[in-house]
Amino acid sequence: MGKLFAVIVTVIALLSAIPIVTHRWYGSGISLAPPEDISTHGHAIDEQLSETMMEAGLSFLAAQLVLAFFVWKSAERKGEIKTFPGGAKGLVIAALVLVGTEMLALGVLGQKAWANVYFKPAAPDALQVQAQAGQFAFYFRYPGADGKFGALHPDKIDEGNSNFFGLDPANDVDSRDDIVTGELAIPVNREVHLLMHAKDVGHSFYVRELRIQQDFVPGLDLSVHFTATKVGRYEIVCTQLCGLGHYNMKAYLNVLSQPDFDAWLKQKASEQ
Amino acid sequence: MSDGPAHAVQHHTPPTGFIRKYVFSLDHKVIGLQYYGLALVAVFIGMALSWLMRIHLVWPNAPIPGLQLLSKTGAPGGVMTPEYYLSLLTMHGTLMVFFVLTNAPFAAFGNYFLPIQIGAEDMAFPRFNMMSFWTTFLAFCILVLAFFVPDGPPIAGWTAYAPLSAVGSDAGPGEGLGQTLWGLSIFVFCIASLLGSLNFIATTLDLRTKGMTLSRMPISTWAWFITSCISLLAFAVLLPACLLLILDRLAGTSFFIPAGLVVSDHLQPHSGGSPLLWQHLFWFFGHPEVYIAILPAMGIVSHVLINSMRRPLLSHKVIIYCMMGIGFLSYMVWGHHMFVSGMNPFSSLVFSFPTLMITIPATIMTLIWMGSLYGSKLRITAASLFALGFLSMFVSGGVSGFFLAQPSIDIYLHATYFVVGHFHMVMGVAAIFGVFAGTYFWFPKMTGHMMNQSLGRLHFWLTFIGTYCIFMPFHYLGLAGNVRRYSAFVDDFLVPLIPVHRFITIAALLTGAAQLIFLYNLIHSRFRGAPAPANPWECTSLEWTMPSPPPFDNFGGKHPVVYHDPYQYGVKSSTGDYLMQDSPEQAGA
Repeated sequence: MGKLFAVIVTVIALLSAIPIVTHRWYGSGISLAPPEDISTHGHAIDEQLSETMMEAGLSFLAAQLVLAFFVWKSAERKGEIKTFPGGAKGLVIAALVLVGTEMLALGVLGQKAWANVYFKPAAPDALQVQAQAGQFAFYFRYPGADGKFGALHPDKIDEGNSNFFGLDPANDVDSRDDIVTGELAIPVNREVHLLMHAKDVGHSFYVRELRIQQDFVPGLDLSVHFTATKVGRYEIVCTQLCGLGHYNMKAYLNVLSQPDFDAWLKQKASEQ
Repeated sequence: MSDGPAHAVQHHTPPTGFIRKYVFSLDHKVIGLQYYGLALVAVFIGMALSWLMRIHLVWPNAPIPGLQLLSKTGAPGGVMTPEYYLSLLTMHGTLMVFFVLTNAPFAAFGNYFLPIQIGAEDMAFPRFNMMSFWTTFLAFCILVLAFFVPDGPPIAGWTAYAPLSAVGSDAGPGEGLGQTLWGLSIFVFCIASLLGSLNFIATTLDLRTKGMTLSRMPISTWAWFITSCISLLAFAVLLPACLLLILDRLAGTSFFIPAGLVVSDHLQPHSGGSPLLWQHLFWFFGHPEVYIAILPAMGIVSHVLINSMRRPLLSHKVIIYCMMGIGFLSYMVWGHHMFVSGMNPFSSLVFSFPTLMITIPATIMTLIWMGSLYGSKLRITAASLFALGFLSMFVSGGVSGFFLAQPSIDIYLHATYFVVGHFHMVMGVAAIFGVFAGTYFWFPKMTGHMMNQSLGRLHFWLTFIGTYCIFMPFHYLGLAGNVRRYSAFVDDFLVPLIPVHRFITIAALLTGAAQLIFLYNLIHSRFRGAPAPANPWECTSLEWTMPSPPPFDNFGGKHPVVYHDPYQYGVKSSTGDYLMQDSPEQAGA
């Protein structure tokens, strides 16, 4: 019975490792890897992920196999009790040194990847876009020709008349040329500074390819900045439980070449 | 405290009436069984909810027979609505975390065995003890009531993030009375847990019998004691948090709601609150809660493993220090749930380090357990299989913590199925394996009947393989960016992953069905199991010195005297290879 346990644990450990190594669901074409990174900061996160995968994977395999081996050897064993060489002291020192170093290394190395995203301020010439999350849609706002966002007036929000942000163009000059859209179009290879505003409850902005996830918190002015490096269309999804339509709250990120972006913005401006 | 067997003392006389004996009992053993029974009811409801969710995720349009009877509006024609999915998700998480993972390993087994293992006749405050169970029961009833309110059960998840949970029915169906009942239920649960924790602490410190020094307490007792200290501090924070949430909902206060929110076209009449305040308070409780679930399991598993290995652990003290270390660190890591919440990004780094450091005591414990297996004489029983299964699960669930402890990686993995896989393995399955190990081990003592070992082993194999089939793939899905808490997968990048979800659903249905074997074994053995001797496993601790089941006042009105450390195994004595804690005999080498 102990041997059966050992065999099953070994098989489970090895089978568990397969999709991690092949990045595919067993015998199918279903990809289980993160999609290709399209940001300037993402490679640091990906490297940290691979590094951690290596350490976690090896720890996992080593622990499961040793467990299996020891159970195999000691199940229903006859004879005298033997003590593990080195005893508790050896194991405690091994854990302190090995795991301590491992964790410290992960912690210290990981700081850089985090700092890339959060500690570097957005460039002054970054393209500013405001994102608003509300049940269950994202809206985006570009400041228009004057480069200024009009003020928000929650009491003026009127979705029936497409006033999603609560702008007051009658009294507020800055808001008159603001461009409001349902998709986030950005130019490739240019930094974007996304100003985040929650209309009702908590939401989140998650684009897998961008390696960006940031909550929208009602009452807090948050922002993230990033540079997309590849033209394409990507899904923005909400990852903070926000109500019944949460699963379907999405928008598209459209990364365009600079001329295409200029043309898109011009066209959107004319539609306002 | 009296000095010996000559001075028989009884704190209270055995009750005679049915109500005092089985319902409002003051006996810690009956209360322990009541907690166990409540956890059993909760776990089967929670599991059934997870089945419904899993079926809906992969066959979204297939009607589930009978579901419309549970909720006409939530599941018209048996097909659940997105909001009803979220209700089931909320109720599943709440039932499992509070009424199963807190109740079973800690309150149930702790109540039953902590007093006995330290040689006491009962808890320090038997009346408090009865109150804590019945208060927990009240909390359970309030929560279940939320299933039957007109606009449905709450949909904000077991974490009940504000303002979704705070602004009322504008936020959607289930956010009316259902969410209020949720807040009330958890509020009441906190009171019960505070009473229980105080009782555990007082009992451990004051009622140890002669010779039972702190270092002679079994590891299981140590685990319950440390857990009660954690629980006291954690629930003491969740209690006011729930009160503030209820006030925001009912009294128009604004603790968690800022100004200017427009929910369902209504400008909310609140200002000045902070949604992050709720998150900080909730997770200040929420992270220690993980250890409230897992520490008792660690204690039970250690107790069972030592007995099965026929040797003490390589170090008794190191395990206890590690549990204390984990308990202490558990209060310094709550922010790792909030890396992308919008709190100051410097705090993320600060929270990341103690989170990574918790790996050290956890690894030391794992190495001590495994190192003790080496050269032991391991007896394979249903109980020891679940204890070994715990080790495997604890490692698997633990290593995924390496990822989530790092803010940079969390940017990608936060709110994905990777997190769901991680916490189900390490706090769900591992803790439940501790409960199974405890059940197979202590059932003979608690009922006076042996459990069927063959069925127990079969239950283990199916559950062990099954839980890996369910929860390992969650990690892969998370790596592919599969977002959690979605009632359907409609995004372009999620649709291709549905076959993996289908595999998980089938595994979940089969593994769930395997739990019926356990239930059958439990009920059948209770009535038809072979009579249990006093000490069937040749164990050393005090619970095995008395008949099975134990008499009303545990030690027949006497105070046992303890002469040894708890785990005298692998010795030569008149009883064999072990020596009971209360045996005056000295062990031979």
